[in-house]
Amino acid sequence: MLKGLAGITAAFVFGVLAGDPQDIPPPKENYDEETLCVEPVEDMRRQHFEYILDHRDKTVVEGIRTKQYSLIGCIDCHITPNEEGVYARYSQETHFCASCHQFAAVRIDCFQCHADRPAEAIQKAQESDTSVQRPVQELRETLELSNSAFNR
Amino acid sequence: MRYTLDTTEEISTERRSFTQGLAALGGLAIAPGVFLYATADAKPDDQAVSSQQRWGMLVDTNSCSEDCSACVSACNEENGLWSLGRPETDAQWIRKLNVKDRQTGHVTSMPMMCQHCEHPPCVDVCPTGASFRREDGIVLVNKHTCIGCRYCMMACPYKARSFIHEPLQDQLPHSPRGKGCVESCTLCVHKVDRGDNNTACAEACASEGHEALLFGDLNDPESEISKQLEKHGGTQIRSDLGLNTGVYYQGI
Ligand code: HEC
Ligand code: HEC
Ligand code: HEC
Repeated sequence: MLKGLAGITAAFVFGVLAGDPQDIPPPKENYDEETLCVEPVEDMRRQHFEYILDHRDKTVVEGIRTKQYSLIGCIDCHITPNEEGVYARYSQETHFCASCHQFAAVRIDCFQCHADRPAEAIQKAQESDTSVQRPVQELRETLELSNSAFNR
Repeated sequence: MRYTLDTTEEISTERRSFTQGLAALGGLAIAPGVFLYATADAKPDDQAVSSQQRWGMLVDTNSCSEDCSACVSACNEENGLWSLGRPETDAQWIRKLNVKDRQTGHVTSMPMMCQHCEHPPCVDVCPTGASFRREDGIVLVNKHTCIGCRYCMMACPYKARSFIHEPLQDQLPHSPRGKGCVESCTLCVHKVDRGDNNTACAEACASEGHEALLFGDLNDPESEISKQLEKHGGTQIRSDLGLNTGVYYQGI
């Protein structure tokens, strides 16, 4: 019942968005000629989250690493740069996933942990933007700390 | 209304089974071209890990240098452990310990990380099952079910786990991390699953010329780690606890 509703909502949302697609850069490529996405587009609109959530548990618990429903894969293909070479963040409505979610008032916490842009975008940001955090190189201080804790 | 909903369901199920066939066909031809990950001698991607393997690590403390922390830097780099400028709460998946024997003055240097126990106390105490041991012996946090209670941190005799106190940014795609979860060494599970057969720390240690870290399959008698252990033996830290750790040390 809820699923059916979600399908309708999603289809409706798409109908609205379809009027203004130029803001959202198109996917990198088709997954396959016939279905375009990893499943037919209609199915994706309705139940993309079921595919991802199912795959999530298989990956984390069982170590299954197929690419079809991988969240990294969704982001890698769907989040592409606009004409200025800028990748949208999930906080922006031009982000492919956010475009629908903001409209349909869907809230997900996935991107608190998961990268909302592909690896090349993060690398680019790190090279150009000095405000992006860098790895801890020097752990001496912590080292002293853990030592004193150890020797106590 | 009810009728409409049911129809939607039915259509979607049909489409799905139809396209699954297609996807399977397409997968063969297209997936390798689309995703350029190499999987030379890795397990097939669609196969679950099994207890045929038990991944582990051997640390030779005699080869470990007191003033080298290449393993720590490599781990931070590989997993995107950015510093928030407050070392007390920065995540540590691996850290260096220098232990001085007061009598002889000898300093033993060694990395300390999750020991990937066969009987992990962190798993015993976890109220949600988020702390778990994968079939192949890697002890992980399923961050999707972790509620951040930190019982596991209390239970761990090795102080191997960190809690993330603050919102994070710019995580690496293969290493999702975020506020409110506990985390620790994953034995580079993403690398293991793609068949690298090594961890970032061990790779860095080797390229520093120390070769103090050896990663491998403890269940495979032909693996380098098993041969080394058979020949020279190794010590499990706090073996008295009977946890049967997957990490062994030599020279302690
Ligand atoms: C607290 C952090 C956190 C949050 C929040 C989170 N994840 Fe994850 N997720 C992880 C970690 C850690 C992994 C394991 C990565 C690995 O082993 O490669 C993971 C793995 C996955 C995977 C398998 C790897 C891949 O990219 O295909 C999927 C799918 C996934 N998560 C989906 C989700 C979805 C959907 C949500 C939101 C509903 C979500 N995650 C929220 C931390 C998180
Ligand atoms: C290899 C590229 C590729 C991958 C990987 C991919 N998609 Fe797609 N996806 C497409 C294409 C192409 C379309 C159809 C073109 C378009 O956007 O209108 C599409 C359409 C969609 C739609 C419908 C959009 C709309 O306009 O209504 C959704 C939802 C979607 N994808 C979600 C996902 C999710 C979730 C994943 C990860 C499980 C994913 N996609 C993985 C290429 C991809
Ligand atoms: C066609 C519009 C559309 C697009 C594009 C879209 N979503 Fe969604 N998504 C929805 C709707 C509508 C829901 C709510 C469904 C529900 O609550 O039943 C939803 C829900 C979700 C959920 C929540 C599931 C749960 O139960 O918590 C996840 C996770 C999700 N989407 C991930 C993604 C990701 C990742 C992308 C981008 C790759 C994406 N979505 C793109 C429409 C969309």
